[in-house]
Amino acid sequence: MKLTEDMLVIKNQELAPGIYELVLRGENVRLMKEAGQFVNVQLEGKGFILRRPFSICEINSPEKEFKIIFRVQGEGTEHLAGIEAGERLNIFGPLGKGFPESALAEGETALLIGGGIGTPPLYELARRLHDRGNRVITVLGFQDRDGVFYEEEFSRYSEVHIATMDGSYGYKGNVLELIEDLGLDFDILYACGPMAMLKAIQEAYGKDKRGYISLEERMACGIGACYGCVCDKEGDSPYQKRVCKEGPVFGLNEVSI
Amino acid sequence: MIDLRIDLPGLKLKNPVIPASGCFGFGEEFAELYDLNQLGAITIKAATLEPRIGNPTPRIAETYGGILNAIGLQNPGVEVIIKEKLPWLEQFDLPVIANVAGDTVDEYVEVSRRLAGSEVIKALELNISCPNVQKGGMAFGTDPDTAAELTAEVKKAAGKPVYVKLSPNVTDIVKIARAVEEAGADGLSMINTLLGMRLDLRSGKTVLANGTGGLSGPAIKPVAIRMIYQVYREVNLPIIGMGGIQDARDVLEFLYAGASAVGIGTANFINPYVCPEIIRDLPGVLAEHGFNSIQEAIGYAHR
Repeated sequence: MKLTEDMLVIKNQELAPGIYELVLRGENVRLMKEAGQFVNVQLEGKGFILRRPFSICEINSPEKEFKIIFRVQGEGTEHLAGIEAGERLNIFGPLGKGFPESALAEGETALLIGGGIGTPPLYELARRLHDRGNRVITVLGFQDRDGVFYEEEFSRYSEVHIATMDGSYGYKGNVLELIEDLGLDFDILYACGPMAMLKAIQEAYGKDKRGYISLEERMACGIGACYGCVCDKEGDSPYQKRVCKEGPVFGLNEVSI
Repeated sequence: MIDLRIDLPGLKLKNPVIPASGCFGFGEEFAELYDLNQLGAITIKAATLEPRIGNPTPRIAETYGGILNAIGLQNPGVEVIIKEKLPWLEQFDLPVIANVAGDTVDEYVEVSRRLAGSEVIKALELNISCPNVQKGGMAFGTDPDTAAELTAEVKKAAGKPVYVKLSPNVTDIVKIARAVEEAGADGLSMINTLLGMRLDLRSGKTVLANGTGGLSGPAIKPVAIRMIYQVYREVNLPIIGMGGIQDARDVLEFLYAGASAVGIGTANFINPYVCPEIIRDLPGVLAEHGFNSIQEAIGYAHR
């Protein structure tokens, strides 16, 4: 059983300016076990060499389909935006460790914090935690009104609050300010977003809350062999954790940012 | 039946395909994907005397047809490698080549001595060509006298075949190859990465935190072919050829140039199953070009 597969593109559509939703179908979808794992996508042409890692946004096991959401940020994602339904993409995965759902006990409340393009892996998690019967609160932060996506989708499974930096939609400010302003109470947090956001979350909640954060880093192999995507281990010698292998999801205080 | 076997100093290879150092860790991650016994051999990640933490991130950047890396020889140190990594490799019927790095001649000698003491290690590969460290590395591989001295010292201490991994970042690679041949090297690995840099257009800064990095991938294949071709004509040492190999046809081109076996590096990141796929395809490619064995294709471009 190979972990690489030429999967069929079912849909690739723009959700918000520069933000795309890509649905793929393949046999290896049945190997996708955890929210927060990622796939390494091969791009053909234009001298592309490295696969591009994207976190899994939604797993639809009965249809053998899964979804990623990406932002056009460079030549690779520009190319990916031009891929159409019916084409095939070679997908390597699922890879890495995802968000542990079992960390959340019965009756507990989960707070999901997403920043911009870090939001997608939280969607599958929201669905699963909701299905387990837990209360789920989602706080999403974006630059402005144009950048907002998946508010309606998240609201199927959770209570959703949106913040924008310029205040053009929802709360004006960042996600942490919004959480404080609302006086949200929770037992455990799961977060994915820019490093600055994750660092602020560590500082705000690292001492007295349980939680998990998902990191992003430039990768090569995606399986822990090349040591390209290392990050620092809290209180130990640096670069001992590989984002692709021990992560991308780490305990709230497991890594220093 | 096409014969893929090849015997090199210390290495009885089932086939000429060897994952290259630094691109394959110590084999554990790829062993989850396929049976490592299919491989000709493996070259494990560079060992130094003490643990190395490596360079800051970003350590990886893509370029057209290649990648730049600046890992910085991150490794747990030779003792941990011997105690924790090598015993795991004993389960395979697979010659292991140990890549050795250091800051000083003494460090290379000591690391080589310790690794050569392990039953599982069949040969050493002297890394005198890593472009991503402040001291040692490439500095040993760009001067013929320094390279020769290091080779001779390691040969004295190691008692196992020594392959010297050459740097392409030199004016005349033949000079270095000759110098290490005279110093007693048993073979050559070539080429290591080419020193490169990429700038970010928004920030105006280097993409890699280290500034420079080593370029690998298909972009460097013609440079590797040219250098192997030149060295093969002037030096009587077996060559493990590497630099941008992606498929069995590339392997044949390296054999033509003068390589007796090949290292596969960056291609493992594009297709994690590339090594077994090349091994599967190689007999067909050899047959298609009228060869019955690896041996017949080695140095074909020089006949």
